[in-house]
Amino acid sequence: MELLMSLLVGILFTVGTYMILTKSILRVVLGLILMSHGAHLLLLTMARLKQGAPPLLGEAAAAYADPLPQALILTAIVISFGVTAFLLVLSYRTYKEHKTDDLEQLRGSDDE
Amino acid sequence: MLAVLAPFILALFIPALYKYVRQVHTGWFVLPLPVILFAFLFQYIPGVANGEPYTFSIPWAPSLGINFTLYVDGWSLLFGLLITGIGALVVLYSIYYLYKDKEALNTFYVYLLMFMGAMLGVVFSDNMVVLYVFWELTSLSSFLLIGYWYHREKSIYGAQKSTIITIFGGFAMLAGFAMMYVMTGTFSIRETIAMAGNIVDHQLFIPAMIMILLGAFTKSAQFPFHIWLPDAMEAPTPISAYLHSATMVKAGLYLVGRMTPIFAGIPEWFWIVSSFGIFTLLWGSFSAVKQTDLKSILAYSTISQLGLIMSLLGLGSAALYFGYGDESLLYTTAILAAVFHLFNHATFKGSLFMVVGIIDHETGTRDIRKLGGLMTIMPATFTLAVIGSAAMAGLPPFNGFLSKEYFFTGVVNASRLDIFNMDTWGMLFPVIAWVASVFTFIYCATIVFKTFTGKLQREKLDKEPHEAPIGMLIPPIVLASLVVITGFFPSLLEYTIIEPAMAAILPGLLGPTETFYVNIYFWHGWTIELFMTIGVVVMGTLMYNTYKYWDRIYFFMEKRDPVNNVYDNAMIGLVKGSTVVTRIQMTGLLRDYFTYMITFMLILLTYSLIRFDAIALDTSQFAPISIYLWAVTLVIVISTIAIPFIQQRVTAIIAVGAIGFMLALLFVVLRAPDLALTQLLVETVMVVLFLLCFYHLPELRRESFTPIFKFTNLVISIAVGVVITITAYSALTLGNQADFQPISQYFIENSYKLAGGLNMVNVILVDFRGLDTLLEVLVLGIAALGVVTMIKLRMTGREDV
Repeated sequence: MELLMSLLVGILFTVGTYMILTKSILRVVLGLILMSHGAHLLLLTMARLKQGAPPLLGEAAAAYADPLPQALILTAIVISFGVTAFLLVLSYRTYKEHKTDDLEQLRGSDDE
Repeated sequence: MLAVLAPFILALFIPALYKYVRQVHTGWFVLPLPVILFAFLFQYIPGVANGEPYTFSIPWAPSLGINFTLYVDGWSLLFGLLITGIGALVVLYSIYYLYKDKEALNTFYVYLLMFMGAMLGVVFSDNMVVLYVFWELTSLSSFLLIGYWYHREKSIYGAQKSTIITIFGGFAMLAGFAMMYVMTGTFSIRETIAMAGNIVDHQLFIPAMIMILLGAFTKSAQFPFHIWLPDAMEAPTPISAYLHSATMVKAGLYLVGRMTPIFAGIPEWFWIVSSFGIFTLLWGSFSAVKQTDLKSILAYSTISQLGLIMSLLGLGSAALYFGYGDESLLYTTAILAAVFHLFNHATFKGSLFMVVGIIDHETGTRDIRKLGGLMTIMPATFTLAVIGSAAMAGLPPFNGFLSKEYFFTGVVNASRLDIFNMDTWGMLFPVIAWVASVFTFIYCATIVFKTFTGKLQREKLDKEPHEAPIGMLIPPIVLASLVVITGFFPSLLEYTIIEPAMAAILPGLLGPTETFYVNIYFWHGWTIELFMTIGVVVMGTLMYNTYKYWDRIYFFMEKRDPVNNVYDNAMIGLVKGSTVVTRIQMTGLLRDYFTYMITFMLILLTYSLIRFDAIALDTSQFAPISIYLWAVTLVIVISTIAIPFIQQRVTAIIAVGAIGFMLALLFVVLRAPDLALTQLLVETVMVVLFLLCFYHLPELRRESFTPIFKFTNLVISIAVGVVITITAYSALTLGNQADFQPISQYFIENSYKLAGGLNMVNVILVDFRGLDTLLEVLVLGIAALGVVTMIKLRMTGREDV
């Protein structure tokens, strides 16, 4: 199971990297989203996916899944959401100002 | 102690004096200080002559071994007297040279005092770090003074050049000092000298020596670092006289003399110092002959004379090879000649610069092709010029003759050395010295005869020439009379100045009560040196009179020093090269920067994985895979791979949304309910956001990539994926092998007991690790504010924020 998850993380990162290296702002944002997905999944995987009850004490199980990485991922999800939202609005404003979403055409500006 | 700091303190008050006392020339306020300092240093002479050095110390940064230690012995006292004495004369001269109402006198005297204090600090410091600090201060003040007329292109060029070269040397010197510290554990020069015998075999010994010599050579304008000195002649003449003839350029000589007890006695030191010196002597005297500007002639002559002193210091270091005994005393003659000539050079070169300044001041030009016939108009100046030039050429009855004799003695002695391969190469030294002396004679003759004899060319001069005011003449008269007096009565210097300086350079050669035998007199009998001098005069006269026949040789046609081309091209090349490198790197494309970063990280990670043998793929201990998980993973993989190929906005959003929702599903499978909830919510909001944004954004075009662009992207991306997979999996495996217990057991046991919550994840978020959550809330708040700001605030053009 961990091997599969590692492969999945690798694929997510591959596509994310590929998108980041392209020219359109939107694709870059999409790539970043994919990368953060990959990172979250990686965090979860690294804590060993032992089958156990969800981390709720009410379950009264013999073994629980590790709660700590889940807390970390929860924090990370929220933060990456904030950043992505910001980036989206930024690209929207950029397009409105410069009439292009092509990063190659966004090189430098007149007031440098 | 106060003596070194006094110039800095006075410099603080100069601007105020300049501003509020406009009637009096500011120089008059400066003048007393060097005079007082000179008198103050003068009283140390008897004590130092008896071999009692003085030490004063104030702790500065004792934990680093840096103390403000002043140490007065013969060698530093000679310099101290030169600095203060000539400083006083230069200040007096500048009072008459610079006009009260046309020049910014306040800056001039502030820089000058700063330089004076720094120079005193250099020669009296016993601590290497303090010495370095003052050393750089002299470089800085020299830079400011060369660029004094900052509206002139050439001043700026000269100042920049001198700074680059001397600071380069200064840094090298600092590195050398650091190496010394590594070897000895002390910054004190005297303690290092005491340990000198123990560090000769250290591997850093030679590098430290070379670094320190770099500093000395750049400061003292030795070949090939001499090129800054002729360009430094753009400074006002008092500055040229003071800095670039008498004091600052001797700092390197001072350093070499100071370090002699540490490094001398090994062949590397002997050869580097003496060969660079002798070559500089030759090169400088050659170059001086071809110049047409009086100051340039004097600049190259300074270079060559500095080379002479440097070579003498190198040759004299052989004395330490023999250690205590009679044989070494034969080679101390070279050190004697070095010290003596150092003093003499300061006197006659200072006066010559002042003479040139007077000529410039009274005729408006320094070009020898325009000058001539000033003998009858400026008799006093003419006399001074004759005295100075004759001393420089080494003619009797002036002091230059004496030191030239000793110079010849030194090189002839050295050529008889039977160490350091001198028996094969030694004959070169006297020959080169003799040739250089001939050229020295020629340019000295040029200075006198081209300027003062011949026809007066009134139509070429801007002003009506006349004799200088008396105040301008006093300083060169004082210096020239020193030239004459030390010429006739050299015994005045023998045991007061020269011998203590020699004792400082060559410690340990004498018993406690002995002194070096210093006896300077004119008549040695018919020695080889005398014949050499006669030969110099005859040959020089001959060549001077036939100069118009051999000045067509290419070397003498080209007025600028050829080494300058190296420097200029190096500077241009540096700028060009940096521009090219920057152009290649800083494309301004986000993609390129990402590529750099990612590639670098890839290389680093791959290297360390292989290097530390961290790749471990072990499938034994892991959880089994349910069919449900297979399905979810497959959906994620398919939609992920599809994303780059999608051309429509809505499809892209759906694909990304699908990945997010599938991820939430995955979280469910992996027993993480809170995560699944959050992921669902966030993904929903994200999709909504995307839809909002995409409405305003253009269609995702088919990108017009070149295949190579696509290919490199693909390679990089796949590499990233592979490396991350391997890293993740190896980490898991190794973690399993290490078999450490996660901290989570604590949370499982205590989340109800201590925090009263059953949902462990939530307890961790708000109780055990609440700070993370607080700041995460802050992040969201900032992002929201940023979004609002971006949408609300419309900056059109460049208005104020």
